[in-house]
Amino acid sequence: MRYTKLEVGFLNMADTGILESLLRLVDKVDGGIDSQVVASSLGVDHQVVVGAVKSVQALGEVIEAEQRSSKHWELTGEGQEIAEQGSHEARVFKAIPEEGLSQSQLMKLPSGKVGFSKAMSNKWIHLDKGHEGGPRVFRMVESIEDVVRKKLQQVQMGHSSQLEEKEKNELKKRKLLTEVTVKSYWITKGSNFSTIITKQETELTPEMIASGSWKEKKFKPYNFDAMGVAPDSGHLHPLMKVRTQFRQIFLEMGFTEMPTNNFIESSFWNFDSLFQPQQHPARDQHDTFFLSDPAVAHDFPQDYLERVKKVHSEGGYGSQGYKYDWKIEEAQKNILRTHTTAVSARMLYKLAQQEEFTPVKYFSIDRVFRNETLDATHLAEFHQIEGVVADYGLTLGDLMGVLHQFFTKLGITKLRFKPAYNPYTEPSMEVFSYHKGLNKWVEVGNSGVFRPEMLLPMGLPEGVSVIAWGLSLERPTMIKYGINNIRELVGHKVNLQMVYDSPVCRLDS
Amino acid sequence: MKDFSKRSFRSDEEFDELCFEFGLELDEITSEKDIISREQGDQKASEASDVVLYKIDVPANRYDLLCLEGLVRGLQVFKDKMEAPRYSRVNPLNGDPQRLIITGETASVRPHAVAAVLRNITFTPERYDSFIELQEKLHQNICRRRTLVAIGTHDLDTISGPFTYTAKAPDDIRFKPLNQNQEYSATQLMGFYKTDSHLRHYLHIIEDEPLYPVIYDSNGIVLSMPPIINGDHSKISVNTKNVFIECTATDLTKAKIVLDMIVTMFSEHCDQPFTVEEAEVVYPDGRMVTYPELAYRTETLSADYINSKVGINETAESIAQLLTRMCLKSEVTSDGAEIQVEIPPTRSDVIHACDIMEDAAMAYGFNNITRTTPRTYTVANQFPLNKLTELLRLDLATAGFTEALTFALCSQEDIADKLQKNLKDTKAVHISNPKTAEFQVARTTLLPGLLKTLAANRKMPLPLKLFEISDVVLRDESTDVGARNSRRLCAVYYNKTPGFEVIHGLLDRVMQLLEVKPGRNHGYYIQAAEDSTYFPGRCAEIFSHGKSIGRLGVLHPDVINSFELTMPCSALDIDIEPFL
Repeated sequence: MRYTKLEVGFLNMADTGILESLLRLVDKVDGGIDSQVVASSLGVDHQVVVGAVKSVQALGEVIEAEQRSSKHWELTGEGQEIAEQGSHEARVFKAIPEEGLSQSQLMKLPSGKVGFSKAMSNKWIHLDKGHEGGPRVFRMVESIEDVVRKKLQQVQMGHSSQLEEKEKNELKKRKLLTEVTVKSYWITKGSNFSTIITKQETELTPEMIASGSWKEKKFKPYNFDAMGVAPDSGHLHPLMKVRTQFRQIFLEMGFTEMPTNNFIESSFWNFDSLFQPQQHPARDQHDTFFLSDPAVAHDFPQDYLERVKKVHSEGGYGSQGYKYDWKIEEAQKNILRTHTTAVSARMLYKLAQQEEFTPVKYFSIDRVFRNETLDATHLAEFHQIEGVVADYGLTLGDLMGVLHQFFTKLGITKLRFKPAYNPYTEPSMEVFSYHKGLNKWVEVGNSGVFRPEMLLPMGLPEGVSVIAWGLSLERPTMIKYGINNIRELVGHKVNLQMVYDSPVCRLDS
Repeated sequence: MKDFSKRSFRSDEEFDELCFEFGLELDEITSEKDIISREQGDQKASEASDVVLYKIDVPANRYDLLCLEGLVRGLQVFKDKMEAPRYSRVNPLNGDPQRLIITGETASVRPHAVAAVLRNITFTPERYDSFIELQEKLHQNICRRRTLVAIGTHDLDTISGPFTYTAKAPDDIRFKPLNQNQEYSATQLMGFYKTDSHLRHYLHIIEDEPLYPVIYDSNGIVLSMPPIINGDHSKISVNTKNVFIECTATDLTKAKIVLDMIVTMFSEHCDQPFTVEEAEVVYPDGRMVTYPELAYRTETLSADYINSKVGINETAESIAQLLTRMCLKSEVTSDGAEIQVEIPPTRSDVIHACDIMEDAAMAYGFNNITRTTPRTYTVANQFPLNKLTELLRLDLATAGFTEALTFALCSQEDIADKLQKNLKDTKAVHISNPKTAEFQVARTTLLPGLLKTLAANRKMPLPLKLFEISDVVLRDESTDVGARNSRRLCAVYYNKTPGFEVIHGLLDRVMQLLEVKPGRNHGYYIQAAEDSTYFPGRCAEIFSHGKSIGRLGVLHPDVINSFELTMPCSALDIDIEPFL
């Protein structure tokens, strides 16, 4: 609709008569004509000509119109009155009969006051102050030439250029003329010039199709520079679109999704089962949200719990342990999980309880919580992406190979690995990728091989290795969509326009 | 921060590369001048040193790399520039070892202590600063802000043993604390340090104890009142020649590690480098133990173990060389089958063969390992609840609703007062240590998040149609943690008219998608309900297969106001787990 709507409006306003008169004028002149001139020669208001120009333009290349602005002299209301009725002084002169007029009567005339002094200074009239019966005014000359009126009439007819600048300024001082800026069009013939208007149709109608009349009709061209109308539509959140893509990647790689729908976790599964010592700073009030209600967890697998306690406090499975006084009270404390690895621990424990070990590949993408200081890139909750592979004989080389495949699917092919520390993985590696824009290596994830002190107490067979990696969902999404403040992406303060406008997510392009 | 100005690297890039390989992070290359000018402006910086400083992040378990002495030693051994030194405990040249006697009173507050002597040490201003800095870093890391271990270092020539580690009532302890001019009682000191920006963080460790730990020399001079402050009398300076080190602790293992760490790092500057003079600790039961332990442990493992875990194929000799470069002196056994690895007292992080394996991999170079593809064959499965969620999300967007993503944590007010509900009825789980009200509870409904999203977008063209499918958290005694997630679908319609029919239509559409037909018995129906969140007479409960699954209706004007909204709003809120 927006492609033709405006033109329809103009066509209705300007009748074809004006359009054809305009075209005839354009036809007559060489090199073009100003719309102001058209208006004065047709004796119509300039706005009507502008409307006609737009209407003709809508018909195609009939004419070309270039917008110009020009200064232009116009009569004020008083100036118009003078052009019609003569200057005040002339009117005063005319009002005085042969025998003269008493001054008091003259002053009662509409132009009396202004006209009297001007006519006096023009020496058209004189005042006989001593006349009996009071002061009386007499003509001094036979006839006068009303120059002011003549000049104003010239301006009115569009010939202001015939007046001297000085003259115009004088009339301006008398508030009879004013200078205005006028937008006008310089109209020239177009490549399709014609002086005859063919009425154009705006849109194809069912009737035209039925009658075949469309064959004879001319259709107004569309304005393809206009925007279309946005479809009525719902929208998916950009972060969730990226989540869908990561899910897809894991599924393509044969990874099974873990049930991570448990935000509340015990410290036991979140930390202790992962061989994270009870004095570890991550277990501090400053880093983790603890629960006051329900404050503690119950029902731990008792013999497993004993094995965990032992490996922390005394060692075993080839480990020295941390040699500290492991307390059940610490393990019982309920928290908002700080990582989805708590779920991985539950899943691996469950796997270890199977009659016979079967290799697994697991993944999850879900919320985790940290009681951290918040800033432009850190919120108290974010989504963690995690991948886990458990099988006999997995190597560090395998972990790097899997990471290479995973990141290739994200469009990241140049990776390198830095040794790092993590209480539950050994070796631990930070994953770096080369960022072309920043021209440097940036950390894109964390990875490692789960420690035997974590796996063996669960009951997993000795030769089984478990490799794992993790990254946040928000960071790659912020990079992908060019968002600098995480609050513009996540939470209730997001601008819905951002959600409406977000493109499809293809991570590898 | 490490000052490497005297060492030369061919380039910063080369040093960065070395750090990366060794698992360190070269955070920044800067100077004192740069730092001061950044923090306090150029003027103040004009006098500061422009010697190049390398700011390096060290892995949290590598206490042996926390000071310049240890870091340089570690890197030089790694680069084959020197052999790892052997640390040894020696008897004093003259007389008996220093002795620290622990009395029974310490049992209730801080029961452990260890001690050692660094004899004939030569400090320079740089070494002295490094010595103080190492203690501070250990206090912050392994000592867990002095709760587990507190370190005291003393000029041995100003005090005389045997020393007594005891615990006394705060009013019975009087001494002149470090860098003060007068004596205070322990009670006074605790008040005095309340406003000290540094020390006030440690007061809580003993504040409420009836007895405070304290160490005296044989003349009754106070060495320290751990874990708060040392005495002024025995303070060390750059001119100190003999240092008495005591570590008091609630965790003996960590105390031993901390003592080992300090003496292995700084014995480098003793007349007999890398030797440490022993000290005796006598326990209340009369048991006597000599410290520092400086224990070397030997692990035996096979080349095959390393090769198969890392994914390389190196000979035993080559692996032994790799490990030796990591300060883990290794030798191949005479039959050539195994590698004997000696773990020095500096490597407390090595507690399992897998730690040795990692060091071998690091020395080999992580990035030199061939990347391989495991042959693990598995079939992928989606988690059914997430699969259903993904499908429904798409169809809700297709139905013209836009997805919101709101926080799982919120204030008590959001889920109770603002919705005109009683907090006790919400079954919410409560957070004990929220930093702000935004993190008091886990949400029990998605509705407040959606209403807050509406409020933040009031200027957008109407109608606003939003949805979210996500988890809420409810108390549930039947689970091990006493709470469970529940997956909800919530949608709101916000416009100049309430649009109940719109939100009702959405329910019909969702039910159609879930293949539930309208009907009383085996289908779904809605039935008028009372709910204080909704406008009276404009709320219905939704039943599917005879069970209540949620509500829909026009929100109560007071609810609309409490979320700073101005237009009528209708909402749909259902549990989708019954449809699995």
